[in-house]
Amino acid sequence: MKFAFFLGCTVPARLPQYEASSREVLEAFGVELVDIREFNCCGYPIRNTDYKAAILASARNIALAERKNLDMLVLCQCGFGMLKHADYHLKKNPGLKDEINELLQKEGMTYEGGIEIKHILSVFHHDIGVETIKEKVRRPFQGLKIATHYGCHALRPSEVTHFDDPVNPRLFDDLVEATGAESIDWQARLDCCGAPLFGVNDDLSMDLMEKKVTNARESGADYLCVGCPYCHIQFDTVQTMLHKERGGNHLLPSILYPQLLGLSLGMEGHALGLGLNSIEITSIVKFLSE
Amino acid sequence: MILYVSLYVSLAIFIIGLLYKVLRWFSLATTIQTKEMPTSKRISSALRGMALTVFSVKILTLTKVFFLDVIIQKKVLKEDFFRWITHILIYGGFMLLLFMHALEDVIAAPLFDSYSSTINPFMFLRDLFGLSVIVGVCMAIYRRSIIKTPRLTTNAVDIYIIVLIAVIIVSGILLEGAKIGSYSTYKRMVEEYGGLEEGEEEFEALTAFWVKEYGTVAPGIKEPFEDDLIEEGREMHEMSCAGCHSRPQWAFTGYPVARAVKGIALGLDRAGVHTLLWYLHFLACFVGLAYLPFSKFFHIITSPLSLLVNSVMDSRKSDPANIATRQALEFDACMHCGNCTNRCSVGVIFERIGNANILPSEKMQSLPQTVSGKQIDEGELQLILDGAYLCTNCHRCTDVCPAGINLEELWFSMRENLFERGYPEFSVLSPLSFYRGLMKERIAPEQYRGPLVLARDRIAADCALLKDQEKPVNLTVQDRAFQGELLLSDQTSSFSACFGCQTCTNVCPVVANYENPKEVLGMLPHQIMYSVGLGIKDLAFGSNMLWDCLTCYQCQEQCPQGVKVTEVLYELKNLAIQSVAGKAA
Repeated sequence: MKFAFFLGCTVPARLPQYEASSREVLEAFGVELVDIREFNCCGYPIRNTDYKAAILASARNIALAERKNLDMLVLCQCGFGMLKHADYHLKKNPGLKDEINELLQKEGMTYEGGIEIKHILSVFHHDIGVETIKEKVRRPFQGLKIATHYGCHALRPSEVTHFDDPVNPRLFDDLVEATGAESIDWQARLDCCGAPLFGVNDDLSMDLMEKKVTNARESGADYLCVGCPYCHIQFDTVQTMLHKERGGNHLLPSILYPQLLGLSLGMEGHALGLGLNSIEITSIVKFLSE
Repeated sequence: MILYVSLYVSLAIFIIGLLYKVLRWFSLATTIQTKEMPTSKRISSALRGMALTVFSVKILTLTKVFFLDVIIQKKVLKEDFFRWITHILIYGGFMLLLFMHALEDVIAAPLFDSYSSTINPFMFLRDLFGLSVIVGVCMAIYRRSIIKTPRLTTNAVDIYIIVLIAVIIVSGILLEGAKIGSYSTYKRMVEEYGGLEEGEEEFEALTAFWVKEYGTVAPGIKEPFEDDLIEEGREMHEMSCAGCHSRPQWAFTGYPVARAVKGIALGLDRAGVHTLLWYLHFLACFVGLAYLPFSKFFHIITSPLSLLVNSVMDSRKSDPANIATRQALEFDACMHCGNCTNRCSVGVIFERIGNANILPSEKMQSLPQTVSGKQIDEGELQLILDGAYLCTNCHRCTDVCPAGINLEELWFSMRENLFERGYPEFSVLSPLSFYRGLMKERIAPEQYRGPLVLARDRIAADCALLKDQEKPVNLTVQDRAFQGELLLSDQTSSFSACFGCQTCTNVCPVVANYENPKEVLGMLPHQIMYSVGLGIKDLAFGSNMLWDCLTCYQCQEQCPQGVKVTEVLYELKNLAIQSVAGKAA
């Protein structure tokens, strides 16, 4: 298995532990990651203001992966959603495709749409497989309750993302349970983390996050588990800010899926960047069996 | 005489220019906190900071950075080997020429007892260093004009520096070539050091030897020479000349020039061409000196400073006065190499938007003008602000800057600085603001809210209907042209299938967050779909709902009619911003 590794902007700049843990874990499963240095912004943050600019940014990334004839493995769900949308819409709309290709031609590039765009969780589930993961787990978690946060832009719009059943998804729960942890059932699991509005309407963004975190905590979760840098920063850094602004209950920490999986594979916490979280998560190792 | 005057004039301009620039570092306010701060406070903070650094372990970091980043230029090497070679050839050759050749009386001569510009190894080295610069300059021209690097711009300042360096070096080589063949120079030297006059037998012998072996072109003297004459000339040469003159072939750039112009060398000599070249060579150097503080040459001083300062400063702990001073210095440290733009994550957007201020290397040209008190056209200022905000803060520009400029932090300071001017920036209503949210502890609450409120207000100001809740709405389609504009994204014309079932509104987590959502959000999702159906722009654009949409796609996923609700909302945002952006300024 070989993928073009699409990191996006947020992961390298603000969440290096997501990159580090993903590399560690994917390597353990024999997944080869190819770094394409010329990758650029996926276009997601520009979509509010200029749709075509966003599509152009996405198309350039896809064209770069196409050049190497590699499928893309994406860490960020917002980036995944944007790339999938661009790919989906460019295939349906030849006029737009021509227009975008004319701009890409200036750099000698062409978007054709011949590769697949996959989110890391999909790769774990479909390409590696839950059974293979289970076989590799050396130190399964015991008694650890995880609230899986699916993330909007991976799940919806389902006709574009084809990530999982949008109403009753199982993919992430299966992956969490493969590590021995229990994936709890909770009402708000498919809700938005609020990150898209952080910086735009902080009160609203924090309200939504607070509701979600409260629901997870009341449903018995020890940790949230996520597969998106925006969601993770929202639950980690922004939750810390929320705590300062509004006070309230104890913080519910969030762990990135590759970190959770890595621990159960027997990897060391520091190799997975556990210490880089705002909210302390290193003590999760106490749930690991010997 | 004229040379001394020009030297002192250019030196004076250099010193005045340098002082002016240094003073600017302590007066330009890149951050809001330093707007009212006096220059004296900035200077004292800087002195204090420097003293604290030099007398701490940080001196080790400084030493390391000086060797790796200033001398060896590791950052350029890491980014692009071709560029590194180019720069090392120019900078290495130029610096060595400066120390060994230009400042020979001050540096080379005291250092080496045997120093003379016309003996080896010095004569050979001078040509070697000159050639190194020339090769580097050719490579730079090749990069800027032949290889097509996307979005790499070349401005007048980039051209001036290349031309000036080329003139200095080429005039030097031509001068050397002209002097090798020059009979008048030869004659003067022989009179001075050998005490021989034209017409004397020994003079003729020496001249024959020099014509044969040293490339001198003398009038009326032609090869072949008799062996005896050459032998006699050789003896004279060994006695009087050899101590200071290596064979000119070692000057491997000047010598071919001398050979090439051999046929016309006498004419050139009589016309005093070598004197002209000599003036040209010196004047070009003086122009370079005078122009240095105002040109790209200034990076010789500022880029190392920026590298050193940035290696020991921590923005979270440093004195705010020093951050502003560092940032003012950073504007001068940029050499417009284009590394940042080449790595810029949103650089590609330029192809669609055409605002060069998106590109980091161009921001470095335009942003300093916004704090220097220069009059800038409002439209231009708006473009600069737009460009400054269209940034994902991915840190890639900062990682690759060979001058060590903390660009990301500079953008942050300058964006907040520009917001103070009261121009609306509509990109604040996008996820680009996520970073600003994370940085909000460094922004005063009022400043933080200002641009967010302003952007929404500007858009809503055009939407009269929304403010007048009592006014009845006409139920025939109002603006078909507006409906026709909704065709960018995926099936956005699907709004027409909406039958008002309110599923979208019922599943919207934003709506659910408020007890009285209409009061906070204005129109709710189904009402917006309906407004579009009726072609009422005001209602579609003006509601807070549009900007408070999470894009979580719950509405779209669950719409029984297949209306692409989120796509429509996305597209309405585009249209709303387009409709006000033009008249914003």
